[in-house]
Amino acid sequence: MIDWCDKCEEMMQPFLDGTLSDLEVAEAQSHLDKCSWCAKRYHFEERLRHYVRVAVTEPMPAELKAKLAALRTPLN
Amino acid sequence: MSESAPTADDTRRLAKEARDRVRFEEEALELSDQVYRVARRIAGSREEAEDLVQQAYERAFRSWRQYTPGTNLRAWLLRILTNLNIDRGRRQQRSPQTVPLDNEAGDYFLYNKLESQVSGENPDEERVLERLSQDSIVDALADVPHDFRDTIVLVDIGEFSYADAAQILDIPIGTVMSRLHRGRRILKKNLADKAVTA
Repeated sequence: MIDWCDKCEEMMQPFLDGTLSDLEVAEAQSHLDKCSWCAKRYHFEERLRHYVRVAVTEPMPAELKAKLAALRTPLN
Repeated sequence: MSESAPTADDTRRLAKEARDRVRFEEEALELSDQVYRVARRIAGSREEAEDLVQQAYERAFRSWRQYTPGTNLRAWLLRILTNLNIDRGRRQQRSPQTVPLDNEAGDYFLYNKLESQVSGENPDEERVLERLSQDSIVDALADVPHDFRDTIVLVDIGEFSYADAAQILDIPIGTVMSRLHRGRRILKKNLADKAVTA
């Protein structure tokens, strides 16, 4: 017998990346609709990806931006 | 014998080339924030990231004719940058390149561990997420071995497609997918280890 929570854990990354087949999406979705334990973990993963992206983003230093602009070919 | 005067065709060709070059440089500069965002996490330090971005732009501006207009310029710039990073031998590399088997856990592992540290039954996801400080996330990502980290940074931070990441790193798309899958699990294991305990 399939352990759907285990299967859902395996499918989480491809599900959120949108790389599952239509059938697999339907299988995962059907389990998620019934299983709040897995649904919670899927929702957390979505939030986590966004949270990580924001946390590791540093603005580019203004001096570097100026250095790059200075690399442009001068107009004659 | 004196040089012949440029023909009207020559003048038009040169003027077009100058326009194309200006347009290329402007478009490349508009992408610099996004290029830096990726470079900062591929490189070991801020200084190294700044050097890499500057060198990548110098090289891009020198070899701008090799860029095919209409293709993904951001991916083209990152390809130059990742090649430069490899050429430099990743001098600032801080993480080991072998991944012990116990460094991976299932995809629910992080949530399960964090949830167990939050008081109250059935806490919402935001409270669970708050167990992770910004510094711990930066460190956890830096500690992911570079092959895996580069892929995570391109796809999850730079928001490149698998196909673009494959082209930038010069690896098959299947390798991008497997590195991403394992790399995210390693990252989550690292995050679980560094989570705030309170």
